[in-house]
Amino acid sequence: MDQMTDLHALERDITERIHQAGDEAALEEARIASLGKKGAISERLKGLGKMSPEERQVAGPALNGLKARIAEALETRRGELKEKALEARLKSETIDVTLPPRPETKGTIHPTTQVWQEVIAIFADMGFSVAEGPHIENDWYNFGALNIPPEHPSRQEMDTFYLAPKEDGSRMVLRTHTSPVQIRTMEAEEPPIRIIAPGRTFRSDSDRTHTPMFHQIEGLVIDETTHMGHLKGTLEAFCKAFFEVEELKMRFRPSHFPFTEPSMEVDIGCQWVGGELKIGEGEDWLEILGSGMVHPHVIRAGGLDPEKYQGFAFGMGLDRLAMLKYGIPDLRAFFEADLRWLRHYGFSALDMPSVAEGLS
Amino acid sequence: MKFTVSWLKDFLDTDASAEEIADKLTMIGLELESLSNPAEALSPFVIAKVLEARQHPNADRLRVCMVDPGTGETVQVVCGAPNARTGMIGVFAPVGSFVPGTGIELKAGNLRGEASNGMLVSERELLLSDDHEGIIDLPADAPVGTSYAAWAGLDDPVIDVAVTPNRPDALGVYGVARDLAAAGLGTLKPLADAPVEGTFKSPIGVSLAFDGDDSPCPLFVGRYIRGVTNGPSPAWMQKRLRAIGLRPISALVDVTNYMTHAYGRPLHVFDAAKVKGNISARLARPGETIEALDGRTYTLDETMTVIADEAAPEAIAGVMGGEASGVTAETTEVFLESAWFDPVRTAATGRKLNLNSDARYRFERGVDPAFAEPGAEIATRIILDMCGGEASEILLAGKPPIREKTIGLRLSRVESLAGVRIDPQRQVDILEALGFAVAGAGDDVVVSVPSWRPDVSGEADLVEEIVRIHGLEKIEHVILPRLEAVTTPKLSVRQRRRFRAARALASRGFNEAVTWSFLPSDQAALFGGGETRLKLDNPISTELSDMRPSLLAGLVAAAGRNADRGAESQAISEVGQVYLGDGPEEERLHASGIRQGMTGSRSSLAAPRAVDVFDAKADALAVLEALGAPVDKVQVMADGPSWYHPGRVGTIGLGPKNRLATFGEVHPRVLEALDVAGPLVAFEIDIDAIPVPKAQRAARGALNTSDYQPVRRDFAFVVEEDVAAEKIVRAARGAEKNLISQIGVFDVFRGASIGEGRKSIAIEVTMTPDDRTLTEAEIEAVSSRIVAAVEKATGGSLRR
Repeated sequence: MDQMTDLHALERDITERIHQAGDEAALEEARIASLGKKGAISERLKGLGKMSPEERQVAGPALNGLKARIAEALETRRGELKEKALEARLKSETIDVTLPPRPETKGTIHPTTQVWQEVIAIFADMGFSVAEGPHIENDWYNFGALNIPPEHPSRQEMDTFYLAPKEDGSRMVLRTHTSPVQIRTMEAEEPPIRIIAPGRTFRSDSDRTHTPMFHQIEGLVIDETTHMGHLKGTLEAFCKAFFEVEELKMRFRPSHFPFTEPSMEVDIGCQWVGGELKIGEGEDWLEILGSGMVHPHVIRAGGLDPEKYQGFAFGMGLDRLAMLKYGIPDLRAFFEADLRWLRHYGFSALDMPSVAEGLS
Repeated sequence: MKFTVSWLKDFLDTDASAEEIADKLTMIGLELESLSNPAEALSPFVIAKVLEARQHPNADRLRVCMVDPGTGETVQVVCGAPNARTGMIGVFAPVGSFVPGTGIELKAGNLRGEASNGMLVSERELLLSDDHEGIIDLPADAPVGTSYAAWAGLDDPVIDVAVTPNRPDALGVYGVARDLAAAGLGTLKPLADAPVEGTFKSPIGVSLAFDGDDSPCPLFVGRYIRGVTNGPSPAWMQKRLRAIGLRPISALVDVTNYMTHAYGRPLHVFDAAKVKGNISARLARPGETIEALDGRTYTLDETMTVIADEAAPEAIAGVMGGEASGVTAETTEVFLESAWFDPVRTAATGRKLNLNSDARYRFERGVDPAFAEPGAEIATRIILDMCGGEASEILLAGKPPIREKTIGLRLSRVESLAGVRIDPQRQVDILEALGFAVAGAGDDVVVSVPSWRPDVSGEADLVEEIVRIHGLEKIEHVILPRLEAVTTPKLSVRQRRRFRAARALASRGFNEAVTWSFLPSDQAALFGGGETRLKLDNPISTELSDMRPSLLAGLVAAAGRNADRGAESQAISEVGQVYLGDGPEEERLHASGIRQGMTGSRSSLAAPRAVDVFDAKADALAVLEALGAPVDKVQVMADGPSWYHPGRVGTIGLGPKNRLATFGEVHPRVLEALDVAGPLVAFEIDIDAIPVPKAQRAARGALNTSDYQPVRRDFAFVVEEDVAAEKIVRAARGAEKNLISQIGVFDVFRGASIGEGRKSIAIEVTMTPDDRTLTEAEIEAVSSRIVAAVEKATGGSLRR
C-alpha cells in the first residue's frame, strides 16, 4: 500500500477517535494510541531511521505534520470536553436562591445612648469637654453648694431619694440633677471651663413623663467674660444642630433656679402635624431646658472668685430630647427593656453620631 | 395663680387685651399656664322671654313654653322647671348647642307629643353654681336676644400663671399688676388702704407668747368688728372666687379668700363670741390637738405655731383656722387676724401635718411683712361694706420683721453679665417701677429692696430684675469664641469605653437596654448586694429599694418579661454604673449582657443551637478587646461570683487579683428566684478594672512577616477530668515561646478507651519560624519539649 494513503487513513482513524472521545479518559486513550510511546504515530516515527534518505525526506515531514495536527486535535477536543464537563457541573449545582440566608441577629443601641453621643458630638465641636460625677452624692454637692438652702422644697422627700442614714445621722442622696458636676469641675479645673456632664439622675416621681430615674445633661462655662448673649447663642446653635433644622423658633423666658441668676427657661417652637410633632416652626411651645448665669454663691462654692469669674450653666433631659427628636411617646418604656421597643426605637451600631457625617 | 382680667384691672389701668397680658406675663417670668374665657363655652346661650307657659297636656310636671329668643321667631320648648311661667326672662339654649352641665348636645325632640326645640337652662346646667331648683330667672329688664354670658359679666377671661417659688409677691393679683405696669402694660393704681377709724377698744387683747424669741410670729395685727351680718358675699366677689375655682361660702369667709388672692395676704377671721379670753400667738404644746376647718383633727407639737385663746389653740398659724371658732351664718362679732409667720416653720408644720392651704403656700414663700397692717385695713373696709358693723381700734403685737436690704449695683453690670446694653435711666426706671429705691448717680448706685421681695439679695438679682422687664428677647445671640482651631478629643478613656462597649455589643447582636439603678432587696442580695448603706431610706416602691450591685439582675428580670411576651431567643446588654459602696470610687462602670434561647431562628441552611457559656465568654473577650484590654495576656480562671452556676463560671483576668470580667451560666436558683426560665448565660465586664494604656503613639510597629512555612502539629493529651484546657495550652505555649505562634484546642474526648474520670484534649500547635525552614529534627525537638511541659504541668500523658 502506498505509504501516503496509509498515513491518510491513519489520520482519519485517529481524528475520528479523538472526535468520538466522550470524556477525558477516552481522549487519553486516543492520545496513547496515537502519540503514546507505542502509539501508531510514534511507531512510525521510530521507523524513519530505517528508511533511505530519499524516503525519509518524504515521510519525515509527512509524519511530523501528522503528529502536530493530531496533537492540536487532541488539545481542541480536550478544551471541548472541559467546557462540556463544566457546563454539566454547573447545571447540577443549581440551588434555590430564594431561600432565606442563615439568620443573623441585629443588635441595637438604646435611644438614650444615641442621643447622649449626639449631644456630645455637638458640644465637643463647640469646645466642651465631657465631665462626670457620682450618682450617690453628699448633701453639699447636690444642694448646699448649689445655693439650695436646707428648707428648700426640692430637698423634701417628695423629690429626693436618700440612702439609709450613716452613724452620724447624715444621709447620702441620689443626685437629683447633674448640677453637682458643676462644683466638682470648678474644684478640679482652672477657668476657662467648658464642660457638659451627661448622666443618670434620680427623683421620686412617676408618671408618663416622669420616672424615678432619668438622664440629664448639664452644661457649664466659666471664664471672665461669658454673658447671657453667649448662653442664648450656644443654646440656639445646639438646638438647631440637634434637631437638624435650619430655622428654629425659640423663646427665652425669665425663670428661677437657686443656682443661677439671672435664670431663664427655653422653649422651642413646634406644631402637631397629623399626630406627629414637628420641631422648629408652629404656634405651640415646648419647654426643653433651664439655664442661667451661674449664681455667685455657686461659683464661690466651687472655689472660684465670683468677682473675677462668671459664666453660664444649663440642664436638660437626655431622654426627653430623645422623645422629642425621635417621636417616642412614653418615658417609662425607656427603662423597661422590652425587646420589641428596643428593636423599634434602637439604632444600628454603625449609626455613630458625628458632626461631620451627620447626627441621625 | 389664677385671676380674671377684670380683677387685674382693679389694680392696673390698661387697654391691653387678655392675649397681650398673657404673652407679657410669660415674657417677664410669670409663665402663662392657661388663658380661658368661660364666656366661650356659654356663647350659644341667649337671654330669652317666655311668651307663654302652659300646662303640658299629657304630663303634670311639664310645661309647654313659647319662647322668644330675640330672633323674631317663636320657639316651642317643653320645660320641667317649677318656676317656668309666662312673662319670665330666662336663658335659652337653642338646638345644636352643647350644654356644659349635662355634657349633651341639644337635639330637637318631642316630649309626650309636644315638640321641644331647645331648652331653658338652670345655673347648674351652665356650670355656674349648684343651683338646680329651677331655670335661671332674670330681671325683667334683661335684654332679650343678647348673650347671657356678656350680660352676666361672665365674659371675663381667666388667666393662670405659674409663679416660681422666689416670687411670693406675685401670689396676689396686685403684685402681678405691679410687674405688668413695670413692663409697660399699663399703670398701677394706688392701694385703697386708708385706715378705718376705730370706734372702740377691742375687748379681746393680743400678745406674742414665745418666751423671748418672737421669730415664729414677730407681728400680729388684730381688730374686733361687731354687729356684722354674715350673709352671702356680693355677686362680684362670688363671681371672682368662682372664676378661680373657689367656692363662695359666706361674706366673712369669702373676704379672707379674696384678700389672699387679691393681695397675697392671708387673713383669718374668728367668731369672737366663741373666743375665750384673750388671743396669743405661741408655740403649740406637745400633743395639743385642734379640729381644723377641713373637719380633720390634727395633733400638734412644740415646733408649730398656733393662735390660741385662753383655753385652746384656735388656728394652726399660717396654715388653717380651727373649726371651734370658725364663723357661721349666725356670727355677729368677729376678730380679724393679720399676722406674719416664719416661712420655714410654716412649711415644716404643713409638711408634718400633711396639710396644704392657700395660706400655707404664701406664708412658706414669704408674705410681705409691711403689708400686714394695710391688709387688715383693706379687709376691714370690705367687711364693713359687705356685712355692716363697726370696727375697733387696730391692735398691734410685735413689729413687722422688715429686712432693710440695700445692694450696690454697677449699672454697667447689666451689659457685662446679661450681654445687653440698657440705658442707665431705663434701668433705674425699671427698678423703681418694681418698688426698688435707687440712690446715687453714675455707674455705682445703691438699691433698696422692697419688703415684698425677700428673694433679692445680690447684684445678680438686680440684673435679673432689669433684664426680665426689659425683655430677654432683646439680648443678642453670640457664639462662644473658639478656643482651638480644630477640636481636640473631649472624652476620657472611660467615657469612650462606655460607648465602645455599647456599640461592640450591638454589633454582636445585643439589644442595648437601660434598666433601673435600684432593685428589690431580695434581688440585690442574690447578686451580692443588699448592704444597709446602699438601701434607699425612702424608696418609691419596694421594687426599687436597693442600689444595684450588678447589671445582671435588671437584665435577667427583663429577659423573663420578654420571654413571657413570647421572645424565644434574646440577647440584651447594658452599660452603666453598679454600686459597691456609697463613695464615688465605689461606683463602677460595667458592661454586661445576657443571652437566652438559641443562637438564631430556625433555618433550612443551618440548625441553630442553644446558647452556651462559650457564647458569653466570646462576648466578654470581644468587648474586652474592643476596649483595649490586653486580651493576649489574660487568663481564664474557673471560678466566679455566686450568682453563676458553680461548674459553669469563669473569670477573665490579668491575674487572680486583677479581675476584668466574669462569664457563665446564671445559677438556676437565681433564675428560679426571679421566675425566669433558663438556661441563661451572662457576662459582666468591669470597665474600670481595665488598665488604661500609657500614652499611645499613633504609629504601629513594623509588620514582621516570615518567609518560611509555618508548621502545624497536633497533640492529644490524656488528663484527669479536673485539668483545665487552659493549663495545657499555657504549658504548651511556655515550652517554646518564640516559635509557637498559635495554639488551638480542637477536640475534647471522653470514653472507655481512655478510662473513667479522664479526658483527652487535642491541640493544634502552629510554629512559625522567622529565619529558616524548620527541619524534622527541630520540629521533633520542639514537640518533645511541648509534650514534656504539658505532662509536667498537668500530670497527664500524650495520647498514643
